[in-house]
Amino acid sequence: MATVKPLPPPAKYGGRHTVTLIPGDGIGPELLNHVRELFRFSCVPVDFEVVNVCSSTEDDINNAITAIRRNGVALKGNIETLHTLPASHKSRNNLLRTSLDLYANVMHCKSLPGVQTRHNNIDIMIIRENTEGEYSSLEHESVTGVVECLKIITRTNSLRIAEYAFKLAREKGRKRVTAVHKANIMKLGDGLFLQCCREVAAGYPDIAFDAMIVDNTTMQLVSKPQQFDVMVMPNLYGNVVSNVCAGLVGGPGLVPGANYGHDYAVFETATRNTGKSIADRNIANPTAMLLASCMMLDHLKLYDYATMIRNAVLTTMNETRVRLNSPRRCSPHTFHN
Amino acid sequence: EEGLESWFRPRRRVRVLVQTPEEGRVLVQTPEGGRMQTVTLIPGDGIGPEISTAVMKIFEAAKAPIQWEEKNVTAIKGPGGKWIIPPEAKESMDKNKIGLKGPLKTPIAAGHPSMNLLLRKTFDLYANVRPCMSIEGYKTPYTDVDLVTIRENTEGEYSGIEHTIVDGVVQSIKLITEDASRKIAEYAFEYAKNNQRASVTAVHKANIMRMSDGLFLRKCRQVAENYRDIKFTEMYLDTVCLNMVQDPTQFDVLVMPNLYGDILSDLCAGLIGGLGVTPSGNIGANNVAIFESVHGTAPDIAGLDLANPTALLLSAVMMLRHMGMHDYSKKIETACFNTIRDKKVLTGDLGGKSKCSEFTAEICQRVRDMD
Repeated sequence: MATVKPLPPPAKYGGRHTVTLIPGDGIGPELLNHVRELFRFSCVPVDFEVVNVCSSTEDDINNAITAIRRNGVALKGNIETLHTLPASHKSRNNLLRTSLDLYANVMHCKSLPGVQTRHNNIDIMIIRENTEGEYSSLEHESVTGVVECLKIITRTNSLRIAEYAFKLAREKGRKRVTAVHKANIMKLGDGLFLQCCREVAAGYPDIAFDAMIVDNTTMQLVSKPQQFDVMVMPNLYGNVVSNVCAGLVGGPGLVPGANYGHDYAVFETATRNTGKSIADRNIANPTAMLLASCMMLDHLKLYDYATMIRNAVLTTMNETRVRLNSPRRCSPHTFHN
Repeated sequence: EEGLESWFRPRRRVRVLVQTPEEGRVLVQTPEGGRMQTVTLIPGDGIGPEISTAVMKIFEAAKAPIQWEEKNVTAIKGPGGKWIIPPEAKESMDKNKIGLKGPLKTPIAAGHPSMNLLLRKTFDLYANVRPCMSIEGYKTPYTDVDLVTIRENTEGEYSGIEHTIVDGVVQSIKLITEDASRKIAEYAFEYAKNNQRASVTAVHKANIMRMSDGLFLRKCRQVAENYRDIKFTEMYLDTVCLNMVQDPTQFDVLVMPNLYGDILSDLCAGLIGGLGVTPSGNIGANNVAIFESVHGTAPDIAGLDLANPTALLLSAVMMLRHMGMHDYSKKIETACFNTIRDKKVLTGDLGGKSKCSEFTAEICQRVRDMD
């Protein structure tokens, strides 16, 4: 394990924190505007340093990364990746995550009261390795018509994410951690991941550990999601499982997500949708982004403000009996608390 | 009289898809109707033999013109030390072109690769097709599911190419080729056309894996040009997962590379009730098609007459459709669904208390009543 580096001092001056804000594309800007309005209304001592990232040039994303390094914390919308562009143009979101080494993506899926879904009593924490795996963006065309894409799994990162998962499980009083893998097919890669999880599990005898193959996991999630507690997995399976779970508790508009690194933390919606089809129509659900901003306030140790805003959001949802997939005007909801 | 009546009996048109190896195009051929077709049957292990017997009984009751040729596919070491399936099994499949397979077990320390993998390699089974339709009477939180997942079965993330670069760093290679992508896209559109499906959606992650999934998408787009009456859309894997668990009715035919297909096809199986009721078919080169049940061998209930033959039966129904025997397939499928809907005779996993033989007998009775 790497030696623990001293944390950089928080970007706090005169009792006010500075947080980088990256609006992104699609519904990002409007959702983040709601967050800013709410913070101003609630007198939260946070100032936002807005950094716009345009998808085409390299400079913008580098500026954003520098801003996050300076402030330590960021709140962001999703930056669109046009996949018609050549492979040399990497996904901006991915670039951000790997440059800042935000190795853990944490998502807490909890059934919200007042939200009608097919399954109830879901309470799953998903911890997803955020930097390597299938998202290494290493591809080449060795022969015309044959493309190879590399999936990298390393012992260091697997141990790191497993350690993070178990530590978080212990902190939150969780009883079981499930590793999701496909080691029957990818024997070396996922086999290494599974082995690292087992090694870390041995150091936490109070927490039960089991493993499940990813296709079986998705099948179990749609039939009996209540059986899962904490789940840890490599990057791509994390993408699938987190989207399935977000769908189970009510959709992409309700679940916040956080990306933690050793030095930095970036908060966003869990399913990272750009939402281009619903942008600028005032129908996007701000809950996910508002709850993500509460997670950010918790990270900045502004617990009172976080609790106040979170309660306001959940009470609003409960009272107005949210019906999903029905267009609601977004802004009146924000001022309801 | 018999002779005069035959003029008025509607002539059954049977269409069979044939792929010519040299050109790779898919033609349509009409064989003589009503001939006995021989199908290779691989009972499998565990509950395999019981459910195969159940299917054979039901086909007999339906008087389907199918002759079964039972073969065993336990792996043996061939010349050169490579693991192969027994030559008689291979010859039988190559001759009959159609096969029905029960669950196979892979013994852990046997030294040979998984049986399913071996079959896949032997017959170049490039497409795995799983139609997922909600079964009335077997209640799940999802109703009205009616979609088909078509998964590329030979390459992608399951190429099995892995190396340890340095100690503690492993690389797995995902392979995407133009040929395989084109073949699977063509199969998907042909399937959509022959089964009156309105749209085909390609599932990918080209924002992250630009070159590999980008190649897959390009091929799908190219093939889509030849099928203008079928709507073609592209969707990210995570968006599909998100929407699938909220509203599965928006999907029709899904085509995708290997890993995404594996995950999504099992996700869809979970929506309709699990692997015990999901049919599956594998299409290979040279017109070979093997239909199978995808559940396990269930060794704990093997030989106890408790198994549920629905998955294998629905796969056999898929097989009949593939062979063009639409009347028989409709008859058997309706009998099966009606039995499950009436809930009087159901096996344990469907929520009932009946035995496998009783369930089979009930379906046979319904089939006979339909005549």
